[in-house]
Amino acid sequence: MRPLTAPRRTVPSQNAVPRRDPAPSRTAYRMQRLWLTPYIRTALRVGLPAFVLTFGFGLYLADDTRRDNLSSVYTDLREKVKNRPEFLVKLLAIDGVSPDLAEAVRTTLALPLPQSSLDLDLEAARAKIAQLSAVGDVKVQIQSGGVLQVTIQEREPAFVWRDAAGIWLIDDTGTRIAEITDRNDRADLPLIAGDGADQAIDQAQQILTSAGPLLPRLRGLVRMGERRWDIVLDRNQRILLPVNQPVLALERLIALDQAQDLLARDVVAIDLRLQARPSLRLAPYSLAEMRRIRGIIPAESDL
Amino acid sequence: MTDLYQTQRAMRNIRRAAMQRGVVAILDIGSSKVGCLILRLENADGAREMDGVGSMAGQSSFRVIGAATTRSRGVRFGEIAVMNETERAIRTAVQSAQKMAGIRVDHVIACFSGAEPRSYGLAGEWELQDSVVSEQDVARVLAACDVPDIGEGREVLHAQPVNFALDHRSGLGDPRGQIGNRLSCDLHMMTVDASVVQNLIYCLKRCDLELAGLASSAYVSGVSSLVEDEQELGAACIDMGGGSTGISVFMKKHMIYADSVRMGGDHVTSDISKGLQVPLTTAERIKTKFGGVHATGMDDREMIEIGGDSGDWEKDRRQVSRTEVIGIMRPRVEEILEEARARLDAAGFDHLPSQQIVLTGGASQIPGLDGLAARILGQRVRLGRPLRVQGLPQAATGPAFSSAVGLCLFAANPQDEWWDFDIPTERYPSRSLKRALKWFKDNW
Repeated sequence: MRPLTAPRRTVPSQNAVPRRDPAPSRTAYRMQRLWLTPYIRTALRVGLPAFVLTFGFGLYLADDTRRDNLSSVYTDLREKVKNRPEFLVKLLAIDGVSPDLAEAVRTTLALPLPQSSLDLDLEAARAKIAQLSAVGDVKVQIQSGGVLQVTIQEREPAFVWRDAAGIWLIDDTGTRIAEITDRNDRADLPLIAGDGADQAIDQAQQILTSAGPLLPRLRGLVRMGERRWDIVLDRNQRILLPVNQPVLALERLIALDQAQDLLARDVVAIDLRLQARPSLRLAPYSLAEMRRIRGIIPAESDL
Repeated sequence: MTDLYQTQRAMRNIRRAAMQRGVVAILDIGSSKVGCLILRLENADGAREMDGVGSMAGQSSFRVIGAATTRSRGVRFGEIAVMNETERAIRTAVQSAQKMAGIRVDHVIACFSGAEPRSYGLAGEWELQDSVVSEQDVARVLAACDVPDIGEGREVLHAQPVNFALDHRSGLGDPRGQIGNRLSCDLHMMTVDASVVQNLIYCLKRCDLELAGLASSAYVSGVSSLVEDEQELGAACIDMGGGSTGISVFMKKHMIYADSVRMGGDHVTSDISKGLQVPLTTAERIKTKFGGVHATGMDDREMIEIGGDSGDWEKDRRQVSRTEVIGIMRPRVEEILEEARARLDAAGFDHLPSQQIVLTGGASQIPGLDGLAARILGQRVRLGRPLRVQGLPQAATGPAFSSAVGLCLFAANPQDEWWDFDIPTERYPSRSLKRALKWFKDNW
């Protein structure tokens, strides 16, 4: 009797489907060849996405409300970051100056504090402070803890300058620092006067340093005709210094004074303008007396 | 000049363009498979400057970057029988090869095995005007070859000058610049059926491919599977394909004879199919898996399930012994080999100094074929595989690919053919501008 179950089929031919190798359609073939063409490939892989991106972005931005939304999102974000406490400047600290100048700096800056450090324009603030005449050099920096640190190097007043407009303090570069009401406010500083005195501060300094023995009697220096210096002593004595080499002339005068006690005499002015021929102007009474002693009768004139 | 002559000249120009672009496709249109290789040609210009064929027999100048093979459709006896089907097969092969290479190819060099090739030996003689051989003299001696009547509807596929002789000195490869009086040449011409070639050209055109060269597969498989000394001393290559078996005889590195037998492995398959009453696919499987030409006692006991899909238990449970399969295959293989023997005898192969015979092609993989072939073709038979070229996939190194590989070598180092030489000045039309230019070129 034959078994009802058939033996296992071992022949794979019925099961083994021949490897499918379907021919591409003509369109598929052409499309693949097109795709493999280098420039088409580049255009599709680079050009098309770039175009789509640009076009889509442009399309998105074409609408006004969307643009506004975008910008408001940006500004909101900026505000949020800006207003964080880490960025807030709460205090203005001014170092190295007198209280008046500090007050002047505060009013000049007029910073509404507290303010975010992102909004602060340090460069502009620095320029503003540097405009103040009393300020020599200024450093502005934001320090941790919300402090705006202003470090100022104040100008050092070197002279008191009296001119037609008033009395000024100037430093050794000739820059006006401040106006004062009374010369005696700064009696420690030498006085200078005359137009253009601030232009020749260096010379005045040299004259003062070399005028050692005269200093107790010195009242001030006067700039004459914006070209030379006069030294004014007490008793209204004047020493007229030359344009060139005034210090040399002054030293010579001091030597003369020490030898002959010149300045103690009744001399109104000593004219050193001509180096070879210094001349003296005597006081009127002394002049007459000298003439009388010498027996010189001056020709009286009505003129 | 014939139509194909012009086509061949045009194909040479296209081939040059393909070399410049650096990529060319190789298409082997066979009866059982269509194979496509894509070659990247390196230093295409530099290769021209080199002496001889260059390093590694000229293979270093190219590299296979894409390879694909597909089951052939619509090709019978190596000729296109159904245009649409063949076109599809070509498209399949070209597409997947392109996909593998990642590059588009426009130029294709094709080979086919059918179209009844016939060989002619031509000879020409020319008295030199001045005693130095010039290019024009070479052209004239080629033109002086008397062309036999090749018959209606036939075209010249290959026409290769095989030998030049100057006075009494024969065996010159390149006679230019040599001194003598009388230049003679031998030309090997191979003609094929024109309609087959035209079908092929049309079919490739429908695939948007430009034909950059055309070769007989018998020739190119000889180029790839014969080693150098065999080509030099004389050897025959028998390319046993699916639908036809190509025979080419080489001597002094030139093909001197080509023919084809219109039988091949497909006939063996169909014999099995008929003998065992199984479908062709099953017969093909049985042939490749259990085929052979020598039966031994062991084979009597080796039973093969041949099956069937009829639903009839008796029919579906059939078994045959391997001996029976061999018994079916052997007469057909013998017939093919005998036919090849007859062709070789007719060509005078036994006069060659060396009578090496190399079997290649897909059908040469039948186990024991070399033993059988030795009994029919003579003792000096070996099985040949194509030589290795750079980048060829392992799967495509078998004897079935010898014509594809040969076509690669053919593409890289083409043999000078008749149409590569100058046209003699007299042959130009008398008022042609070309003639005037030629005159200037020759005389200035």
